[in-house]
Amino acid sequence: MYSSKEIRSFTAVELGRKIADKEITSVEATKAYLEQIKNTEKDVNAYITVMEEKALERAEFIDRKIADGEVWSKLMGVPMAIKDVLCMKETLTSCGSKILGNFYPTYTSTAVQNLLDAGVVVLGKTNMDEFAMGSTTESSYFGATKNPWDLNRVPGGSSGGSAAAVAANSCAAALGTDTGGSIRQPASFCGITGIKPTYGRVSRYGQIAYGSSLDQIGPMAKDVTDCAAVLEIISGHDPKDSTSANRNDTDFTTALQNDVSGMKIGVPKDYFLDGIDEEVKEKVLAAAEKFREMGAEVEYFDLGMVKYAIPAYYIIACAEASSNLERFDGVKYGYRTEKYTDLNNMYKKTRSEGFGDEVKRRIMLGSFVLSSGYFDAYYVKALRVKALIKQAFDKAFEKYDVVLGPVAPTTALKIGESLSDPIKMYLGDVYTVSINLTGIPAVSLPCGYDKDGLPIGLQLMGQTFNEKAVIKAAYSFEQNFKDNSRHSPLYE
Amino acid sequence: MQITDDMIKYVAELAKLELSDDSKEQAKKDMSDMLDYVNMLNELDTAQVEPMSHCFPVSNVLREDVVTNVNDRENMLLNAPEKSEDSYIVPKTF
Repeated sequence: MYSSKEIRSFTAVELGRKIADKEITSVEATKAYLEQIKNTEKDVNAYITVMEEKALERAEFIDRKIADGEVWSKLMGVPMAIKDVLCMKETLTSCGSKILGNFYPTYTSTAVQNLLDAGVVVLGKTNMDEFAMGSTTESSYFGATKNPWDLNRVPGGSSGGSAAAVAANSCAAALGTDTGGSIRQPASFCGITGIKPTYGRVSRYGQIAYGSSLDQIGPMAKDVTDCAAVLEIISGHDPKDSTSANRNDTDFTTALQNDVSGMKIGVPKDYFLDGIDEEVKEKVLAAAEKFREMGAEVEYFDLGMVKYAIPAYYIIACAEASSNLERFDGVKYGYRTEKYTDLNNMYKKTRSEGFGDEVKRRIMLGSFVLSSGYFDAYYVKALRVKALIKQAFDKAFEKYDVVLGPVAPTTALKIGESLSDPIKMYLGDVYTVSINLTGIPAVSLPCGYDKDGLPIGLQLMGQTFNEKAVIKAAYSFEQNFKDNSRHSPLYE
Repeated sequence: MQITDDMIKYVAELAKLELSDDSKEQAKKDMSDMLDYVNMLNELDTAQVEPMSHCFPVSNVLREDVVTNVNDRENMLLNAPEKSEDSYIVPKTF
């Protein structure tokens, strides 16, 4: 018999094994995490919706299946949290926005359905920057999420709720989404591990779209093994998303090997020039040296195009957002303004009252760069620069198996520090956005702590559809590097 | 880049947003700042570069035109802000 605290001390994969071996029931595991939600939520606010009753019912059902000898996956019976951008049937799916504050989808997103088919128990839906637009989770209509390492700091964003829930140990693992760094940056700020898979690896069906050419769903978890296990379950072709890839190399847990001998790792010199915090620089470069010690060939090189990634990204992302968010008009679902004069006025008032400031700012910019007269000068220009950024990465991957760099230029910022100056906030995305523009996979994992004890993230990037290379590199680092397994003060 | 009142009014119309006077001034400033910032892209000569919409090659995905979804009208209407029996209610469209 394990105590709740002991149950929560296991990783998701360890817990899954103990549930399969009938040492712990899914109900016990679910109760242990619901207890931790009660312990931490008043401080952290990681969840928008906690599904206590549904989760327990589901766990009972899973326990009956296990008693009948059924084994659905490594994570059968394991309690997880889902970012509130992913639709779940008959469950509030708000996207952190007032405009979807009463939206109950009639269907479930494919990624979540894959988890349900694997026997996962969903504890609830996690907080996020409104429509995934932000790097702090402060722009949520449901209030800011706090960083479990220091409640005066942001957890990062936009998947800040999922990252904080893993860091506060109020779920065994979580799903996030990443359009410009929204899995990796909060993982870095919260000292957990997250993977942004290759574009097309995971079906986006049922993910409320922000930038459709950039969006990708991925795991956020306690370690690399858990991330690989979750990714294995959610990946795969889906007829409902024609951009989802039909490939048979989704056996990611086979890449959990402690071996980087002969692996070629490139470190872009131009990632460490200016704007990066000294302590972050020091720890990330120390991680590179650790890889050398472990037997990898580590080389420093000029990647190029680094400073152009953010302007290109924001033009493309905002353009796509302005188009994707046209659907929120107060007609079929969501919020509708109370008083209006005609249809056009109803649209405008609904949207003006339903969207927050950052979302409106991006819709305005996106509408501008797509408008006639400016389309070529801004939008098409950004698409040309995107091609140049892709060329720079392609060239790097001719020489290297993995590219290594920081996730963010700083550790977690104080609450309220970022919102006053949007461009300054966007600059924090310098190391993450190009990975979305080029569609490649990347993992974020802890590589040390700053003088305040805040976690620092390491980013490992791989070639298109070569998640296995980054998983192998990340797993090896995790196994060999010593100072990367501290927990937030709320964890226990 | 200077954003005029006319421009912000036009963009707000495209975006279907209603801006108060205060937020209009803020929007002008935000957009102008951002455009000044992204103008950095003009440092790059891209005349010979093809615009890239997708990060790797994609092709059309075709399927037989078979109905696979079921009529879910009742459930879908549960989300409607305003409805009558089996329809959405909207203000007059003319």
